[in-house]
Amino acid sequence: MMARKVLALNGDEAAAYAVKQCKPDVIAAYPITPQTIIVERLSDFVADGELDAEFIAVESEHSAMSACIGASAMGARAYTATASQGLALMYEMLFVASSFRLPIVMSVANRALNSPLNIWNDMSDTMGARDCGWIQIYNENSQEVYDFTIQAFRIAEDHRVLLPVMVCHDGFVVSHSTEGVEVLSDGEVDSFLPPRDPVYPLDVEKPVTIGCVGVPEYYPEIKYQQEVATKKSIETIKEILREFNESFGRSYGIVEEYRTDGAEVALLTIGSISGTAKEAVDEMRAEGKPVGLLKLRLFRPFPIEALRKSLSGLKVVGVVDRHISFGSCMGGALNMEVRAALYEMKDRPHVMGFPTGLGGRDIRVEHFLKIIDELLMIAEQDALEEEYKVVGCRGPGCIGP
Amino acid sequence: MRGIVEVRFHGRGGQGVVTASRLLAEAALLEGKKVQSFPAFGAEREGAPIKAFTRISEAPIYIRSQIYTPNIVVVLDPTVIRSERVTEGLKDDGWLIVNTIKDPEVLKEELDAKAKIATVNATSIALELLGAPRVNTPILGTLVKSTRLVKLDSVISIIKSTFKGKVADMNIKAVERAYQETKIKGV
Amino acid sequence: METWEEVTFAGYILEPGNAESYKTGDWRSRQKPVINQEKCTFCLLCWIYCPDGAIIRKEGEVEIDYYHCKGCGICAYECPSGAIRMRSEMEGE
Ligand code: SF4
Ligand code: SF4
Repeated sequence: MMARKVLALNGDEAAAYAVKQCKPDVIAAYPITPQTIIVERLSDFVADGELDAEFIAVESEHSAMSACIGASAMGARAYTATASQGLALMYEMLFVASSFRLPIVMSVANRALNSPLNIWNDMSDTMGARDCGWIQIYNENSQEVYDFTIQAFRIAEDHRVLLPVMVCHDGFVVSHSTEGVEVLSDGEVDSFLPPRDPVYPLDVEKPVTIGCVGVPEYYPEIKYQQEVATKKSIETIKEILREFNESFGRSYGIVEEYRTDGAEVALLTIGSISGTAKEAVDEMRAEGKPVGLLKLRLFRPFPIEALRKSLSGLKVVGVVDRHISFGSCMGGALNMEVRAALYEMKDRPHVMGFPTGLGGRDIRVEHFLKIIDELLMIAEQDALEEEYKVVGCRGPGCIGP
Repeated sequence: MRGIVEVRFHGRGGQGVVTASRLLAEAALLEGKKVQSFPAFGAEREGAPIKAFTRISEAPIYIRSQIYTPNIVVVLDPTVIRSERVTEGLKDDGWLIVNTIKDPEVLKEELDAKAKIATVNATSIALELLGAPRVNTPILGTLVKSTRLVKLDSVISIIKSTFKGKVADMNIKAVERAYQETKIKGV
Repeated sequence: METWEEVTFAGYILEPGNAESYKTGDWRSRQKPVINQEKCTFCLLCWIYCPDGAIIRKEGEVEIDYYHCKGCGICAYECPSGAIRMRSEMEGE
């Protein structure tokens, strides 16, 4: 086999390159920092004739999602990208897309929500949209953005799934960071991702009605059907992931373990922060501390089984959220979810949350060393004093600065 | 962070600081290294002091925080030295590369720097060859000459694939001129 | 009624034109229109005005589809010949 090309791409460029190879029929988007590069590149590809797609420059994100819904209902392969306030404006239509069971792929360059006005990275946007019925995949670097954008189309369009997929990467930290990305050939992508085969496309010859009234006598049945499909999609996602790994020499998982052999405490991370956390784990390991790391790839559907398996045997888990779920009992949504998943497990580890890196606060290896120290202390005392502590914040009760 | 070389670029918005960081990363990528290049994500304005970062390594790079203890600091605009602490965290055995008319000896004293210093008058080279004070390419010539972090040929190849025609030619000339005119302390 | 496994995919309606098979007229206001065929000139204004499409056009005459008629009285008001009279539901028939 010929060596694959390695291109210098930032996270946004990696997403755009992957989307181009996936040959969407319709791209409807509104530019918003920090995903703007994705849309810019795609409109270039269309204008230059490299991509035969309908590029709809809409007037808002609400319209972007509406256009994707219409296109996908027609049987088209539809794509959009957004971030932060843009995703918030789309909120209403996110539910419509998933409830219609339409395979739409959307890149989200994760970014904080106002106010105070902030354009920087955290996960307030997609974590707030976690209950919209979309599959959510989180990526650590440009390579993962590329690989999972391609898989997202396969997952979304699989007849056992038929759900929209959000492919998330951290704004700026990944979206604007240039790295080497090993790209597949167009032929390889074509063989992995066949053209979409729509199940009930809108067709005047064979009309169907989508989105009709669901009276209380029918609504629960239709919603439960959607819930079952969403939960079951995890098996298909795993199967597609395995095929991707085998075909292209990758080694991704739903929950990825890093130096967990013999670990007593572990960090549980999501997104790009995982990279910096791995450095801290390496430093601690060099000192002989029994520390490991688990990286969560998939947040929706939540990989309960895989997580329980990975976490069993640990004494303490530090869950690193990238947002605050205000007024919740556990600081962040990831921490809540992990704790809930472990509740019925015998010999479950202590779980402490660490909402981290809010609004673009740079999180360094030192921050993680402090977190790990805290985890080791909990392991020693076999007791947890606080459910969560914000990291990267000045003042009492926080791990700063 | 075993074996990662960290480079921090200082300059002003509009000078091509981010491009310099990216070109360096791409040159290293061409040599089969693992790389990372990113700006300090601020509110970018023309003329405001800005930073960009490059990491280069043989092994995969995991860390994604900004760079606080660089091996190399590159200053594209000597006037930022007044407002920014450019040598902050710079490793004692590292390199400070500055676009300035001053000699390295003078700068070393002024900044009380322990690191090795290389200077070049990249502004005059850029004005002469590029017709504008775009010092981001010539400064790479000096970076290569002093630190040998990547090969000069790699930088030239990347400039060829990034710019077109005459612009590429003049940028390559600027890199070569800066390479030759680099002043290194004690050399 | 269907279980979640039996309802159609995402509640889609897969047979087109099925509105015909739906009976929607389980209620009407307390009065209903009655046509006096003697007076009717077959001008079809009632057929145009009826918001429920409850006037049925037949060969040379109009008839009322009482299953869908809501008893609004528009047809009676608009009929230029006074051929439609609203009668209380209680008045026999
Ligand atoms: S009463 Fe109203 S609904 Fe009934 S036939 Fe007349 S116009 Fe139509
Ligand atoms: S409006 Fe009156 S006259 Fe005209 S068709 Fe109807 S019932 Fe007959």
